[in-house]
Amino acid sequence: MSTFLRVFFIGGLISYRALFNWIRPYIYIPTMLGSPLFQIVFFTYLGRYSHAAGGDAFFIVGNAVQVCAMSSVYGMTMAVANERWFGTLGPLLATPANRLAIFLGRGMPVFANGLLVSAFGFGVGAVLLHFRPPLHSIPALVLVVCLTTVSCTTFGMVLGTIGLRSKDFFFVANLAYFLMLLFCGVNIPLDVLPGWMEAIGRSLPLTHGIEAARKIAAGGQLADVSGLLWTELGIAVAYAAAGYLFFRLLEISARRSAVIDAL
Amino acid sequence: MLGIVRSGFVMNVKMLTTSGFFLLTSTVQPVIFATIAFYMFKAGGRPGTLLYAALGAGMMGIWSSTLFGSGGALQWNRWQGTLELLVAAPPPFIVVLLPLTLATSVTGAYSLVATLGWGWLLFDVPLHLVHPLAFAIAVPAAVVSLGLMGLLMASSFILYRHANALSNLLEYPVWVATGLIFPLALLPGWVTPISWLLAPRWGIDAIRHAALGSGAVWFPVAMCAATGAAYLVLAAAFLRIFEREARARATLALT
Repeated sequence: MSTFLRVFFIGGLISYRALFNWIRPYIYIPTMLGSPLFQIVFFTYLGRYSHAAGGDAFFIVGNAVQVCAMSSVYGMTMAVANERWFGTLGPLLATPANRLAIFLGRGMPVFANGLLVSAFGFGVGAVLLHFRPPLHSIPALVLVVCLTTVSCTTFGMVLGTIGLRSKDFFFVANLAYFLMLLFCGVNIPLDVLPGWMEAIGRSLPLTHGIEAARKIAAGGQLADVSGLLWTELGIAVAYAAAGYLFFRLLEISARRSAVIDAL
Repeated sequence: MLGIVRSGFVMNVKMLTTSGFFLLTSTVQPVIFATIAFYMFKAGGRPGTLLYAALGAGMMGIWSSTLFGSGGALQWNRWQGTLELLVAAPPPFIVVLLPLTLATSVTGAYSLVATLGWGWLLFDVPLHLVHPLAFAIAVPAAVVSLGLMGLLMASSFILYRHANALSNLLEYPVWVATGLIFPLALLPGWVTPISWLLAPRWGIDAIRHAALGSGAVWFPVAMCAATGAAYLVLAAAFLRIFEREARARATLALT
């Protein structure tokens, strides 16, 4: 068990430091903090102009939760796919280490970073756009953001495994990030979307979490959103399982075809 | 010189159109942002603004393509080991760099076609242009001025090894500060003077005024030309200083 935990925590942290391209301050600050800051400002002003929802809070909460995907989608994709691009996938797969610990351990630093980016997003909302949720709702809001970041990270795991075989994994990660803005009710009330788009949105991470966060930020209780949170958790488990399954299938197939490090 | 610009431009357009990243930036991403804007305006009961949104989303795509293409131009050449060769070639470096940055903004112009076509096909956006001739002049004016803005960015990034980080940062602020998809009047007053310095602001004014008949076309077209000329002069000066500095410090090829 201790080996499992060592691979999970220490292995996850080391791999994050090695594989996350944006970890240094000169790129982390503009990319992981600067870009979300302006995303929140952009959509809040667009929301004001379009009158798409009742007020700024809709856009601030939606985008502040969604920006965790900066870490969850891009970070997780790098944390898995870069093993191949940096030429370390072969040695990694030659070790006897538990694959579940290797795979899930990569999500821990990504999750922590996603939480930080999201918290920064709420800070931007508070400082620049006068977002003021009730103080008593903040612990519940933190819980909702944690859960949503977990589900987003597991979604990133699936994208990362695609990067183990696909050359254009950044294309896939970029596309996923932007499609989340469209499908997950970040800036558009879900009932405005056509039924098929809403159905896709409901099968993605973020959607239920954002809905819950908005209700909590408006003064709701955790009990009011428990259904949404259980659904978000279910989505997280489903994507984690799918990601791990893909990872193992690709490992077996890459060994069989001798294309583990083929670029 | 013109031959170098022409052949460099054609080669770079061909390279960019085979890049998945540029396909995403210049067609898929603007269509996604246009769709978000269409649904937001629909949700707010403002369907009359759909052409306004389509034009703005198209211009957003041109900016993104120019930003990532021109901002990353030197970095990509560094990674590929061709930057020293380009600098060492007999023509002035600006003549080598200009077709590259123009190619990124011209490739970005796909986004305007994509958002207008997408809007017309799926959201019944009316494609009636009030001044079609002026529109046909406003679009190239906007595209060329953005290409020259890209040249200025590329020239100032020559000393900065992490230009891609700045490119990641600058996408949204310019969308905001130039009123591409919502009016500048919504923003604090100090943003407007900043927008005067940015070609996308004049580009979108020219395109919108030509398409919607909502104002004068020739003044923003003239401002596109003026800002473009200013960028060209500044880029030439920056390149002269920064290129020499990078050669003296032997940092030209460092990644």
